[in-house]
Amino acid sequence: MSTVKVLVATAEREVYRGEAEKLVAPGAAGELGILPRHAPLLSELTAGELRITHGENVDEVFISGGYMEVQPDVITILADTAERATDMDEAAALAAQRKAEEELASRKDDVDLALAEAELAIMAQRLAWLQKKKKH
Amino acid sequence: MASAKEIRGQIKAIQNTAKITKAMEMVAASKMRKAQQRVLDARAYAEGIARVIANLMQAHPEYKHPFFTHREEAKRIGIILITTDKGLCGGLNTNALRLSVQTMKNRKSEVEVINIGRRGGAFMRRVGVNVSGSVEGVSDSPELADILGAADLAIEQYMSGHFDEVHLLYSEFVNTMTQTPKVTQLLPCPPTDEPSHPGYWDYLYEPDSHTVLDGLLKRSVEALVYHALLENKACEQSARMVAMKSATDNATDIVKDLQITYNKARQAAITQELAEIVAGSAAAQ
Repeated sequence: MSTVKVLVATAEREVYRGEAEKLVAPGAAGELGILPRHAPLLSELTAGELRITHGENVDEVFISGGYMEVQPDVITILADTAERATDMDEAAALAAQRKAEEELASRKDDVDLALAEAELAIMAQRLAWLQKKKKH
Repeated sequence: MASAKEIRGQIKAIQNTAKITKAMEMVAASKMRKAQQRVLDARAYAEGIARVIANLMQAHPEYKHPFFTHREEAKRIGIILITTDKGLCGGLNTNALRLSVQTMKNRKSEVEVINIGRRGGAFMRRVGVNVSGSVEGVSDSPELADILGAADLAIEQYMSGHFDEVHLLYSEFVNTMTQTPKVTQLLPCPPTDEPSHPGYWDYLYEPDSHTVLDGLLKRSVEALVYHALLENKACEQSARMVAMKSATDNATDIVKDLQITYNKARQAAITQELAEIVAGSAAAQ
């Protein structure tokens, strides 16, 4: 089966570099499944799960948003943050969500409010994803 | 010759200085390792975003973003200047500032500085260059959020036409002994040489070209500035470690010299005392 090169990175570190047969990313307008030799695509990503399939291996990473560039031979994902379920701690995720809720409650003006709401949405999604992963 | 007691005082003082510089050297060495690791970790993102931008310039988007439009004449250029907050790091800041002065001289345009780091800001204000924004006191493990203010200000000024070009000046980390000051053009995006995907083509955009390009290009500028800051941090710690090591070595040398002078002075005093005693007893007989 043909493969495509994949690079997933956040501003702080490299998350994944290697080949893949299939990749599913949380696009701004719904999930995007990408196979090798896809047409050039530039997409915004939202918070959600990124799934990279390579042989038997399926790498699942939670990203909080970012950008994806697809070329026929290479996919570059520039994520804002990226975490694997094994690196995440449920208690910490819950605490992060609580903190986001508190911040939302204490915000006053509209700009801050919108930011805090977005932050909370990401945190809630992150926690839900983690709980789902831990069950399996 | 100074008295033995005075020299003893000097030796004490210099030994104390050496102790401090030695401690600073060790602190810098441990911070340097972390800072270097951070630069290496961040390289993947910088490399990825550079590749995307290079590809994007090969594409033929239906929406020509202002970041890709070169203006006829650069009336005013903005420089994002990255220096350290603290001194005691050898010639690092001096070299960067020298390059900035050179750059300003070569360009006939008016220059405004957006400053990251206390040293550069103080210098620019002293020489009378307009500093339109300043970020100081960034921690040793900087986050993207720390530089957003500076990067977004530069983008805003560029979009409003206040700046016609934006450049980034920082010290690039080569290795522990070598740091080179470097100036690169941020905006408009400088042309790349190699066409990696030739032919006439364009991306599919999701959700649409305006949203994606606006967001992505803004992010790319921020990422470049962030990466430059990380490089500069690694430079700072290595330069400081090297500077403090040579300070410690110098102090050790001086102490050695002083020790010899001290011994000579002590011996001279003893000899003189003996001579006086002998002379005194000879006179008494």
